[in-house]
Amino acid sequence: MNNRTGVYALETIRLNKQFGGLPATQDVSIRVRPGERRLLLGPNGAGKTTLFNLITGESLPNSGQIKLFGKDITRLAGHQRAHLGMSRTYQIITLFPRDTLQHNVALALLGLRRSRWDIFRSMSDDLMIEARRVLNLVGLDHLAGQPISQIPYGEKRRVEIAMALAQKPKVLLLDEPLAGLSSAERTTIKSLIAGIPRETSVIMIEHDMDTALDLAETITLLHYGKVIVDGSRDDVVADARAREVYLGH
Amino acid sequence: MKRICMLSALVAAMFATAPLFMGNFYLNLGSQMMIAAVFALSFNVLVGYAGLTSLGHAAFLGLAAYLSAWLTTRAGFGHGAAALLSIAGTTIVAGLFGLVALRASGLGFLMITLALSQVLWGLAYRWVSVTNGDNGMTRLTRPMPFDVSIESAASFYWFALIVTLVAFILITIFVRSAFGASLQGTRDQGRRMSALGFNVWMIRWIAFIYAGFWGGVAGLLYVYYNKYIHPSSLSITTSAEGILGVIAGGSGTLIGPIIGAALITFLKNFVSSYLDRWNMLLGFVFLIIVVVMPDGIVSGVRWLNARIRELCK
Repeated sequence: MNNRTGVYALETIRLNKQFGGLPATQDVSIRVRPGERRLLLGPNGAGKTTLFNLITGESLPNSGQIKLFGKDITRLAGHQRAHLGMSRTYQIITLFPRDTLQHNVALALLGLRRSRWDIFRSMSDDLMIEARRVLNLVGLDHLAGQPISQIPYGEKRRVEIAMALAQKPKVLLLDEPLAGLSSAERTTIKSLIAGIPRETSVIMIEHDMDTALDLAETITLLHYGKVIVDGSRDDVVADARAREVYLGH
Repeated sequence: MKRICMLSALVAAMFATAPLFMGNFYLNLGSQMMIAAVFALSFNVLVGYAGLTSLGHAAFLGLAAYLSAWLTTRAGFGHGAAALLSIAGTTIVAGLFGLVALRASGLGFLMITLALSQVLWGLAYRWVSVTNGDNGMTRLTRPMPFDVSIESAASFYWFALIVTLVAFILITIFVRSAFGASLQGTRDQGRRMSALGFNVWMIRWIAFIYAGFWGGVAGLLYVYYNKYIHPSSLSITTSAEGILGVIAGGSGTLIGPIIGAALITFLKNFVSSYLDRWNMLLGFVFLIIVVVMPDGIVSGVRWLNARIRELCK
C-alpha cells in the first residue's frame, strides 16, 4: 500500500461526461489504492461502463482528470494507457472470433512488445509459449488451437480474462466478468479473479452480489452518474442509501 | 501439405516456361494479368487485411506511371532513377493521402479515398502542359534492367513474372508478420486492439502506405507494358476493377487477388474479342460469384474441396 506517499493506483477527479445533453457521469471522483479490490455498483444506466471507458481512454471526459500512479493520463490515448499498465475486459465479449485462443492471448502479449511493429517476422515462439502458459492458468490449455468461434460462451469469458491477465496489468478493469454464466462457471471465474496477484488493483463492475461482495474490499455506488456511496464493503452494505438505490433489502 | 507444394511447383514451372510454347497474344495476356495481380495484391492489403475498403487505389498506380513517364520523357532521367523516384513519390503521396483518409473509416474512408484519387485524375486531365491531358503521354520506353531488353512479349512476361513473384512473397511475409497479425486485429476488433496497447491509427497508416507502395510498383509495370499513359489509369474504373478482382478471388486470402485479377483481365481482353457486350458477361460472372461463393473463389474452392472429401469418405 502506497498510501503513505499519497499515490493511488488510479484516481479520477471530478470526471464529467455528457452524451448530448445527457450527463453520463457527474463529478465522479474515486481513488483506488495499489492492490485494492474495488466493486463498482449501480443500477442499469448508472454510468459504470461509461466510467470504465473514460478510465481506459475509449472516450474522453468533458472535464475532470484521471491519474494513474500519480501521472495525469486524462488526454492519453487508450493504447498509451495500456502501456502504463492498464487493462480491461468487456461486458460484451470482444475477442477475435476467427483466430485461435492461443492467437488471441498472443495478441494481448504482442500489444506491449516492440515486435508488434515487425513487418518481416511472425509472432515469436516465446510469445506463443507464453500464451499457452496464460491459457493454462485459466484452464484452457487444451483448447489453445481452437478458433474462438468454436468454443462455448463460458470459455470465451475466461479468454477475456486471460487476455487481460497476460498483460500483467497494474490496474485491471473487469466489466461484468460473470455476465451470462452458469453457477458452475461463476465459481470458476470467481476463483480466477480471487487468484489475481496482489500487485494488481482490480476494479470490477458486477451485478451478481453473492460473488461480487465476496471479492470486494471497497465499493463505489453510482446512481444517475453520481457517486452515492463510497467506502469499505461493510460500510456500504450497511448504508441506508445504498440499500434504497441498489441492494434493495 | 506435400500435395500443395508439388502443385505450386508445377504451377510455377508452367508459368515460368510459358514463353517457350505460347504465342505473343497469350504472353501479353499473361503480362497484363500479372500487372493486375500486383495491383490487386496491394489493394488486398487494404481491403482484405486492414478492412479498409478504398475506391481510390488507382491513384497510386496512375501516379507512379505518370511520374515515371514524366521523369523519363520530360525531366531526362534514366529509367533506374525514374523508377526509384516514382515509387518514392507515390509512397510519400500514399502517406499524405493516408493522413487525410484515415480520419474516417468505413464509408467515410471510401469516399475520401475516392475524392483524393479523383483529384489526381482531374489533374491528369487538366494539367495539359505536364500530362498532355486527354491525349495521354505517348512514345514511352521500357527500361533495360541489368542491360537486358524487355521489349519482346516473352522477355516482358518474364520481367513481370519476377516482379509479381517478389510482390507476392513480400506481401505474404507482411501479412503473416507480427505486424500483419496486429493489422488483422485492428480489422476485426479495433477497440480491443487499442485497449491492448496497439496504436490502431498508426498500424492502419503503415498498411495504407505499404499498399500504396505496391500500387506504385503495379503502376510502373503498367506504364512499361503499355508504353503509354492516359488519365483513365487514375479513374474510378481502374480502382473498381482492382477491388472486383480482390472480392472475386477472395479478400483477405493470399492468392485470391491473383486469381480474381487474372479472371477480370481474361474477361476484359480475351472474351471481349468474341463478345461485344463483355461487360455484361463480367457482371454476370460477378453475380454468380457473389451468389454462389460470397467469400470469393478461393474460399469457394476450399469449401468445395472439403465437401468432396467428406463425400469420398
